[in-house]
Order: sequence, then C-alpha cells, then structure tokens
Amino acid sequence: MTIPALAMFIAFGIVPLIGVFWLSMQNWNGIGPITPAGLANWSSMLVDPTLYSALWKTFVVMGLSWAVQTPISILLGVFIAGHQRYRAVYAVFFFIPLLLSSAAISIAFKALLDPNFGLGAGLGIPWLSQNWLGEPTLAMATVVFIVSWQFIPFHSLLYQGAIRQIPTSMYEAAQIDGAGRLRQFFSITLPQLKYTIITSSTLMVVGSLTFFDLIFVLTAGGPSDATRVLALDMYLRGFRGNLMGPASVIATILVLLGLALALLLRRLGGSDANASQLEGA
Amino acid sequence: MEITVDHKKTSRRSFLTLAAATPFVAGTLAACGGSSGPGDSGGDDGDGATATVWYLTGQPQETIRTDSYDVFNEANPDGTIEATGFQNDAYKTKIRTAIGAGEAPTIIWTWGGGGLRDYVNNDQVEDLTDWFAENAEIKDAIFPSAFGAATIDDKIYAVPCETVSPIVMFYNMRMFEQVGADIPTTWDEVMALVPVFNDAGVAPFSLAGQSRWTNMMWMEFLYDRIGGKEVWAAIYAGEADAWSNPAAIDANTKVQDLVKADGFITGFESITADSNADQALLYTDKAAMMLHGAWTYGGMKADGGDFVSGGHLAFSNFPTVDGGMGDPTASVGNPSSYWALNAKATDEEKEIAKNYFATGLNTDAVAAAWVATGGVPVITGVDSEFAGSEDEEWLQFIYDTASQAANFEQSWDQALSPGTAETLLNNIEQLFGLAITPEEFADNMNATLGQ
Repeated sequence: MTIPALAMFIAFGIVPLIGVFWLSMQNWNGIGPITPAGLANWSSMLVDPTLYSALWKTFVVMGLSWAVQTPISILLGVFIAGHQRYRAVYAVFFFIPLLLSSAAISIAFKALLDPNFGLGAGLGIPWLSQNWLGEPTLAMATVVFIVSWQFIPFHSLLYQGAIRQIPTSMYEAAQIDGAGRLRQFFSITLPQLKYTIITSSTLMVVGSLTFFDLIFVLTAGGPSDATRVLALDMYLRGFRGNLMGPASVIATILVLLGLALALLLRRLGGSDANASQLEGA
Repeated sequence: MEITVDHKKTSRRSFLTLAAATPFVAGTLAACGGSSGPGDSGGDDGDGATATVWYLTGQPQETIRTDSYDVFNEANPDGTIEATGFQNDAYKTKIRTAIGAGEAPTIIWTWGGGGLRDYVNNDQVEDLTDWFAENAEIKDAIFPSAFGAATIDDKIYAVPCETVSPIVMFYNMRMFEQVGADIPTTWDEVMALVPVFNDAGVAPFSLAGQSRWTNMMWMEFLYDRIGGKEVWAAIYAGEADAWSNPAAIDANTKVQDLVKADGFITGFESITADSNADQALLYTDKAAMMLHGAWTYGGMKADGGDFVSGGHLAFSNFPTVDGGMGDPTASVGNPSSYWALNAKATDEEKEIAKNYFATGLNTDAVAAAWVATGGVPVITGVDSEFAGSEDEEWLQFIYDTASQAANFEQSWDQALSPGTAETLLNNIEQLFGLAITPEEFADNMNATLGQ
C-alpha cells in the first residue's frame, strides 16, 4: 500500500509544491513566455502592504471561526451523542449544511442577505436589511458566520463520535461519587475530548487558510479588500492581475504557514497524541 | 484511570502526519486554476469537424448568440460550432487561463483593446487583415469606427460584431414624477437631486459596485467632462503623473462626494452586475437613476414588466460639469464586441470559424434580432431599420450618441493591459469605498504608468 500512496502524494502533493516554488522566482503573465525573475517577486511581495493586510485577515477569519465553531460544535456533539431518537432526527438536520457546496451556500446567503431584495425586505423585518456584505466589519463577521454555519456540522460529528467512545463506566463512577451533569461535562467529557479538540482545531486552522470559494462568491474580497484573505489574494493576483510570480510567492507562504500551524498544534497536543485511552486498547 | 498505549515517538511519524495535511493546503491552491474548459473543448470529436466557441450568458443577448450558432449548424452540418456559455465576469479570467494552457476555443470573444493586444503580442490570435482584404464586402458592412479596438499595429485581429454600447444615464420617470423633479443636465443638478430622492426614501443611483467596472463608468465620464479627452489620452499614452492631473483629482473627489452624500443605493458594494440586480433596483422603484451600458435596455425591457413599454424609462447622455472642458457629446463604452481566431486551432477549425464570421455572425436576421432587443448592431445603414420599431426613440438615441460623439472612448479596463486594468479596478473599488483619498488613488495609479 505504501508505494501507490507515496506515488499519489508525490504526484499531487510534492511536485505542484516544487512547481509553485519555482514559479515564485519567475515572471509570467499566464499566456506569454516564462522568464526568470530571481528573488524580485519575493522582495517586492515582502514589502507589499496588501500581503500583510491579507495575512492579518486570514488570521482574523481563522481565530474568529475557531472561537465560534469549537464551543458550539462540542455542545452540539454532546447533544447528538445522546441515544434519544429525537436527537437523531435533529442530527440529520444539523448535517444538511455539510451536504451543500460552498458555492451554493454563498449564492444562497448572498441572495438572503441582499439589503434590497433579501430576507429583510421579503419578510418586512428592517433589522435584517443590514448592509451585511457591503460594510467592512459587518462583511467580515458575516463571512465568519457563514463559514461556521457550513463547518459546525462536520466538527459536531467528530465530537459526537469521540463522546460515544468515552466509557460509560466513567460516568457511572462519577454518578456514584455524586457528580452532577455539569461536573461530569467538565471533569470527564471535556478532558476525554482533548485529542478530538486538537484534531478538530487542526482541521479548522489549516482549513481556514484555504477559504477561497465561499469568500470569492460572497464578496470577491470586498468591500475595499475587507475580506481579502491570503488564498483569495493569491487568486486575484494570479488570475485577475495575471501576476503568476507574486501569486506563487503567496502560495508558498500559505504552504509554509499551514505546515507551521499543523506542527504547532501537534506540539500543543503533546507527544502522546496518538495514544489510545480506551480500556483494553 | 488513563490506560495509555505508547506509540513510538518517531519524528518520521510526525512528518507523515504533516505530510498528510499538505495536500489539504496544496489541493485548494491547485483547484484555483487547474481544470481546463468544460466538456470536450478541444472540439475534436473525430466525425464531422467542429469549431468551439465560448459565449457570454445573460438574456436577452444569450438567445441571439445561441440562435446564431443553431442556424449556422443547420446550414453547415459538415462543419459545426459547439458552444459553451459563461458569465461575463467569470469569462474574463477563464479565457486567459485557457489561452495560456492551450485549451482555448477556436473562436475567442474579446472586447478588443489592451486584452487583444496581449493575445497578439504572444501570437495567440490569427491576423485577419488578409481575410478582410479578400472579403471586402464583409468589412464594408461594418461601422468603420468599430475596427479601432480590433486593430493592433495596423493589422486587424478581430471581427467586430453584435452592438455598439455607449454608457448612458437611465432614469425611472415614476420616481421623478413622485418627487416632481426634472432630469438633471449638470453635475450640480445631480448633487441637488441626491437629498431629494433620499428624503423620499428612494436611492438616487443604482450601482453594482462589486463588479468594479460599473464604478469605473462614473470616472470615465467625469474625467472627460471635467478635463476633456486629453486627460485619458495622457494616461493611455503612459505620460508621467498623468493620473495626478487636477481634473482627475477633481473627478475622484466628486465621486467620493457622491458616495458620502449617499448617492448610491445601500449595499452597492456587494451588488454584482452579472445578476442584473442593478437593473432590477431601477425598475422596481428602489432607485431613481442608473449609469450603465446600453445593453441593459434589453434586460429591463424583458424583465421590467411595463417599465419600458409603459414609457417609465428615460435616458440621456452623461450630464455636463460646470466649467468642464469636455465636449458634452463625448461618450464612453464598448464600440463593438469582437471575435478573434485562436492561432492554435487546427486549419479545419479555422475554416469553420471563418465560414461563421462570413455567413453566420452579422447576418440580417441576427441584426434584426439585436434591433428587437433595443441594440444597435455595428452594421452600416442599420438606422434605416429603426423606423416603426417600438424602441425607435431609444435606438435612434443610441445610434446618434455613438455616431455623433465628439470622442467615443473605449472602456478603460478594456483599453489598458489586463494587469494594469486589475490594479485600476482594485483602486477604483477602494476609492468608492472611501478607503483611499483622491490623491492616494492618483499616486497608486501613477505607479502603473509606462508598465
């Protein structure tokens, strides 16, 4: 099994990475000849304020969407981990956003949030007719909300699975000791979820580096670059500005950033992250 | 309580876990530009030759385009055209990537100007000068002015087609009657009308700001009305500090004054033109005025109920600016649409494409279809077709605006090279978003001159 997996990984993981790194040191407008640029793209990009603004916005989206998604996902996970039948029905509904493509979600939300023709105008609720995607701060908040709406079901599912793995004997013991539900949650459930939290956070953090489709369709980076995150900045430079060299610089930075963050989160989890805590495992 | 089974703490395992995360990052990067055209855009099916074309979607223009392919294919079963539709803004990035990857269709839709020049410089499109010389009757049937943006270094690289589309002011007369106002003829009157409409609960202007080129139309006119055609001529020629011309700074300031006075509808920053939402705002009485291309008339006629047929739509050229040096008849917009021929296509595909250029593109039936939607085809003497049309007044207005303009400027983003155009559009968005000052806009744009 190792050889095919390795071959796939080299063909689709390593080779494009090398290609992008090489391209970051070339001049190319997409249709003309490719000429060497040395380190010119790197030196011009590293002093470009737009890059740092995009980097900052990427971290804002990353931090906010993590802070919104994690608690809600854990609580939903605890809820749907229960064996009552009505909870299973809810779980199906919670799952729906995960079945939709990002583009479909964006188009739907864009229509719903339109201040002139959207939900607010349709239902006659003035409060809903905010300039959701046209005002810089509000647009960022809206993006975080929609990202969370889309991915919370996935992370809830992770937590649900992890919670069901926690031995019931622990809860029985806690009950005998007189621990209430809240105490059980904080003393058993949450500590037992430690590694799931790390896994889920890694997926959120590394995944948020690549948010592109959703933001592209919703705001295209606007208004006035308020939601121009790194992945979008890369696309806009590469395919609208036809500057493949600088776009490749951003791509390389994205890869390095993703690897660094994944490594950091692994360190946070301690060296025994792959260890099982199950009885008899 | 914890029963742990310790796995070996090898760095190899850590590396593999990281490696597993890498495609997660890289995958999305690759997805941005990876896939080639839809379907078999190579167009080589083996049996019966096919040329390919990508057309722009959006009614009522879309039907005229697809109808012309159907008619052509019926008449030429041995050499047919296979067509695929794209949205306007998506097409602009798609076509360039496809050309770079050698996946472009046989017939390449373009707006001429800087984008076409880029293709020509990289030998991506065929020189059609000789073909026009051999087919003089085709050339003579088209407006001479339409060839300007198709001509690069005295050679013709594209066939003008479809309609001439100046940018004009549209007015919702229902709203003007409601507030008892007259159509503004000067910039001061425009600014005076803004609070009048806002007080009446109607947005003064509809604008699809997220598309960015929509905002640009305002600047094209203001630069011209205030400083005359020399302002843009100097920018186009790449003269140093051309964007810092006092007239340009004044125009930038006027744009921001209009934004600050709430001249544009709430949420204009997130509205896109591709969805025709800006037109809808005008005909649903949410906005009183709109600056837009002549092509929107057909959409408003088709979708606006009795808005057009009931005489509620009025139109005029852009207002003058007091003390401005520009000629009040000057106009901007698209002098024509253009089809270029992919130089990488096979000879067989090129023959089909040329056959389509000659017999399918600018036919009488196609011209009549354009006139029926309120479009003025780029065909000489087409104004004789207007008499008796229910859109006669509009058609004559567009014909006169285009043919009698002291100066008909091509849209900036099409005239400039694609890279500069992107910088321009980005800065225009920031100017309209009040994120940069008129002077900062000029400084940012001066940096692109001569590139």
